Amino acid sequence: MIKKRYILNFPPQSGDKAFTYHLVKEYDIRINILKAEVYPGKRGSLLLELQGKKENIEKGVEYIKSHKITCESLDKRIRWKEEKCIDCGNCTAVCFAGALNMDKQSWKLEFDKSKCVVCELCIPACPLNLFEIDFR
Amino acid sequence: MSTTKTYEEINQKLKAGKAVVLTAEEVAQMAKELTPEEIVEKVDVVTTATFGAMCSSGAIINFGHANPPIRMEKIRLNGVPCYEGLAAVDSYIGATACNPDNPEYGGAHVIQDLLEGKDVVLEAWAKGTDCYPRKHIKTKININTINEFTLFNPRNAYQNYNVAVNTTSTIKYTYMGSLLPNLRNATYSTSGELSPLLNDPEFKTIGLGTRIFLGGTQGFVVWPGTQFHTTKPKNELGVPVTNGATIAVMGNLKEMSAEYIQAASYEKYGVSMFVGIGIPIPVLNTDIAKRVSINNSQIETSVLDYGTVGTPKLGQVTYEELQSGTIKVKGKKIRTAPVASLKKARKIADELKKWLQNGEFEVTKPVHMFPSNTSLNGLKEMEVDND
Repeated sequence: MIKKRYILNFPPQSGDKAFTYHLVKEYDIRINILKAEVYPGKRGSLLLELQGKKENIEKGVEYIKSHKITCESLDKRIRWKEEKCIDCGNCTAVCFAGALNMDKQSWKLEFDKSKCVVCELCIPACPLNLFEIDFR
Repeated sequence: MSTTKTYEEINQKLKAGKAVVLTAEEVAQMAKELTPEEIVEKVDVVTTATFGAMCSSGAIINFGHANPPIRMEKIRLNGVPCYEGLAAVDSYIGATACNPDNPEYGGAHVIQDLLEGKDVVLEAWAKGTDCYPRKHIKTKININTINEFTLFNPRNAYQNYNVAVNTTSTIKYTYMGSLLPNLRNATYSTSGELSPLLNDPEFKTIGLGTRIFLGGTQGFVVWPGTQFHTTKPKNELGVPVTNGATIAVMGNLKEMSAEYIQAASYEKYGVSMFVGIGIPIPVLNTDIAKRVSINNSQIETSVLDYGTVGTPKLGQVTYEELQSGTIKVKGKKIRTAPVASLKKARKIADELKKWLQNGEFEVTKPVHMFPSNTSLNGLKEMEVDND
């Protein structure tokens, strides 16, 4: 069993299919919808956490992609310009998901992208503007 | 009779490579086993440091004279307004000034761009005089074309600072970071036991002329900082439990490094600048040994509600609690986050320690000590005659 987060982007004409139903029913994947922005007839974006057997998740992702929906691993959509980070800690103040933490020994910023829920609060919180999240 | 040392003795030991130099964190650790009498025997200098956003910062720049010359009466650097009331081609750019068309870019960014060797657009206007006939200039400058480029920060290195929380139901964007509603986070900015002015709370060694680490080079303490307040409430160890004294510092930006000067922009607040400061404290006697031995469990600070006008105090916590990740305020457990870099402060303290050990840096006896009984005026509003 593995657990992984994906960002899905729907084109305007794909809003009428029950993808999550198929993922559960045909691929035995447990789904947690962490964030959703769906504008019928325009576009939709979803942050899903998929939990299941590795091969089932791979097949499920292929199934989604076969319907002209982009489906990318969350960590590929998050950018943190670590080399410019001064480890001030401002972003950890707003990260209620616990993805951004200060290491209590080194006081270096640690970013565990697998815990990110794309609340996007770190983007304005960073005084050096080092975060980018591509959700939409 | 307990040991006392002079500045000269310590400097001789530094020059001979025989001095014992420790960081304030190391000496705080040592003090768990040794008495101040033993520490003054063993340790000669303690290095302290901080790397935080310090809004009251800026740079003096002399642009050099153009031909024909101009007496600059309105000046912009990359669109950021600079002070124009200093002769013909002198200016002061404040860190928090910003470009009105791009408010996230400010004086701190101009200073950083120059420091990094980038070209910056200088535009200036004047009425034109007999001796300075020119009325307009638009050109590029960089760190090599300008004459003096001097960091002059009127208020830096606050002695302690408040913890910020927000009791309201909406997020507050402040210089202490984004404060989540309903006490869901708390931010703090001081490096605790490593912080310079907490290790010399009564200014026994820090004064006018103290040589310091500033932005990666040697700089100086040049005056008490603005809002210099020495009579704030103190704990039983003599350490203020809220923001107290400050220092004004100066140094040559041409020798500084962008690693220790960093422009910053805060959401819905504005621009500020991180400044790296390290101060060596000579361990002259047992009293100073006692002061530098202080640890995070002995340093307290006030928790203020930044969501409410007047920032009422909600509690008092130690830096040990703050650095543990949670504090308790009004019975509620609150997650803490720093807004200044302890990692960088440690790097500065270590760097300064190396300079001292290598004999590249001397401790300085202040040429004048700072006042010890100061308080502050608020801005009292008075009726203005309109005639």
